[in-house]
Amino acid sequence: MNFARLMTSLACTALVAAAPLAAHAQADKPFKIGVPTFLSGAAAGPFGIPAKNAAEIFAAAANAGELPAPYDKKGFGGRPIELVVIDEAGGTTKQVSEFRNLVEQQGVDMVVGYTSSGDCLAVAPVAEEMKTLTLFFDCGTPRIFEAADYQYVFRPVATATMDNVGAALYVSEKLPEFKSYAGINQNYAWGQDAWADFEGTLKSAKPDAKLTTSQMPKLGAGQYNAEISAILGSKPDVVHSSFWGGDLEGLILQGAPRGLFKNSVVVLTSGETALHRQAKQIPDGTIIGARGPNGIFAPENTYNTWFRKAYNDKTKEWPSYPSYHMVQSLMAAKLAYEKAQGGDAAKVPTKEDVAKALTGLSFEGPSGKVEMSLGKGHQAVQEMVYGRVKKDADGNIGFVDVVRYAPERVNPPEGVSSADWIKAGLKAAN
Amino acid sequence: MNRTFTFLPPLLGGAALIALIAWFLPSWNFVLAIGLAKGLPVLGLVLLMRGGLVSFGQGLYYALGGYTVGLASQYFGLKDAAALLVISAIGSALVAFVVGLLLSRYRDIFFAMLTLALSMLLYGILVKSTELGGTDGFNVHGITLFGIPLTGADRMNGLLLLIAVCVLGAINLGLFGATAFGRLLAGVRDNEIRVEYLGASADRAVLIAYVLAAVMAALGGAMSGIIVGHIDPEMAFWATSGEFVVIAILAGTGGVLAPFVAAVVLEVVRSFAYQYAPNTWQLVLGLIILALILFLPQGLSGLVRRGPRAVNAGEKS
Repeated sequence: MNFARLMTSLACTALVAAAPLAAHAQADKPFKIGVPTFLSGAAAGPFGIPAKNAAEIFAAAANAGELPAPYDKKGFGGRPIELVVIDEAGGTTKQVSEFRNLVEQQGVDMVVGYTSSGDCLAVAPVAEEMKTLTLFFDCGTPRIFEAADYQYVFRPVATATMDNVGAALYVSEKLPEFKSYAGINQNYAWGQDAWADFEGTLKSAKPDAKLTTSQMPKLGAGQYNAEISAILGSKPDVVHSSFWGGDLEGLILQGAPRGLFKNSVVVLTSGETALHRQAKQIPDGTIIGARGPNGIFAPENTYNTWFRKAYNDKTKEWPSYPSYHMVQSLMAAKLAYEKAQGGDAAKVPTKEDVAKALTGLSFEGPSGKVEMSLGKGHQAVQEMVYGRVKKDADGNIGFVDVVRYAPERVNPPEGVSSADWIKAGLKAAN
Repeated sequence: MNRTFTFLPPLLGGAALIALIAWFLPSWNFVLAIGLAKGLPVLGLVLLMRGGLVSFGQGLYYALGGYTVGLASQYFGLKDAAALLVISAIGSALVAFVVGLLLSRYRDIFFAMLTLALSMLLYGILVKSTELGGTDGFNVHGITLFGIPLTGADRMNGLLLLIAVCVLGAINLGLFGATAFGRLLAGVRDNEIRVEYLGASADRAVLIAYVLAAVMAALGGAMSGIIVGHIDPEMAFWATSGEFVVIAILAGTGGVLAPFVAAVVLEVVRSFAYQYAPNTWQLVLGLIILALILFLPQGLSGLVRRGPRAVNAGEKS
């Protein structure tokens, strides 16, 4: 009996003595971030690899304390960042499985990743169930926070709604003479949603414009001659496309010689990723979007200056929008973590504290102001920018007629789904 | 013990082993579950292979099972796993019976291509159905078994249910293998004309095997939907069906246990490759599959067959 009491008190003393030690060890422990992004397949080139580069640049700069203020603390509140990059290819079942492995086997503190909307939709409930802070960095579907409420899941970049609403507003305001439009979009959720949003917005923004044809080739088709013929034959004033990656490059290569870009004004809502490789082929007058004020449309601020230089130093290329999305998401995470510390660098905030700090956060990044104002503070909005290509004498791409739409102009108000908002003519339906 | 039931002890032992592993290594629970869920369609595929038929379209029933669970729980509020599994099985059996009336008249590449075409037909329909989320698919929430939760913190329950379904499926097919129709399949593979001269109907044997295989695939898809919590058209895509064929080749046509072993092994290997070779996981996986096919031409079931092998009636020695 006495012996037991002695042992208990001894154990208690040992625990008390060890506690500060343990806390100290916690504060020095690396902050592990799982980064699922496409390393193979069609989405690797335009999205996955630029995002991975951006994550690595961010981690290296943050660990060295080289980021511009207020991101200038080392690592995550003093804890060095360690990235665990995995491939996002393989489908939703595989991604759910790998998400669990990241958390349970690799012991990551946070997951920042996912380009595919399907993966985001599948992973979100699992992240919530496992109480793992998860930041989606690039997927576009607005359904995630419209269909469910989450505590641990965030998206510090805007949805794809504003890409297509912005595109529709741009063509109706900047091309007053336009009377007919056509579309060429990939036949999967991204392309279908993009087209529905664009067409839906035009119905209220330009009700007299006529649809000539909507082409939906399959994802990764590569050959678009039949679709281009159909579009050319229907003689639209405006052609909308949400193509990305190799499909986009194919459309430009096959469409330009046949006069697609000459006969109509082509809107490429995610055309920015192709600019860097295909500068020469993109004809003047093409309307280009970058899924927000990213890349060429990014404002001049210290974060952008740092990021462009760091990215170019490492890859000898200029960053495109997926890398902006990645850096922006990581900055949100870092800021929230340090906010949750409350100025005490030795403190290790709980996941709940970080989630609370991230909810409704407003911050500045390389692409300007970001506000987590939708989805109960879990979904970011930003301004949307479109411009028309105008090359100088040397063939360098520049932009004219650049329009910046304020976030509330191209995003639905809190509590209203994108689809309802567009259907109601961009007015909040009550 | 009756010779028909020789597969039972290893089957039950394997089931207990999987449950134990999942109990002691909870972080592998999900990987094991996905492996088992993929093992079910492979079990059916192996049955067809005994009849010399390869279906490149088991994804059709895998997706039917998954979407039955998804649609019934989302639109009809049916949340009970037992009811959902029964509906999935019956629904896909009906579809397979109708489709099988046509398919059972074809063999070889014609059979393979027709199954492939049918599954891609479903894929095409699902991709275009934007109200079901199109290619993004949708979530499946809160499925329970008689009120017992199956996912989240209670996913051990889900795995146990899956193990039970797998054991029942394996017993079912093990018993079928011993029936007249089951034994006829080897004959259909070797010499169909003789089968017909014996007075048996080869087409009918193929039809029954096809329906059974479809039910297995649907159960796998339904369980996958319940456990993953998300379904999308990828389940009906040819690559999914192709994966089942690869696993079936790895498993070999030997027994009812091998499909599950092969599926779980492949899933575990893939998980390791994903984590430790994120840039080259496809290469690692491909090399392992290649090595298995080279060194184990009879699949994993070739590993356990020691000594001189008894030749079954109708089988080539």
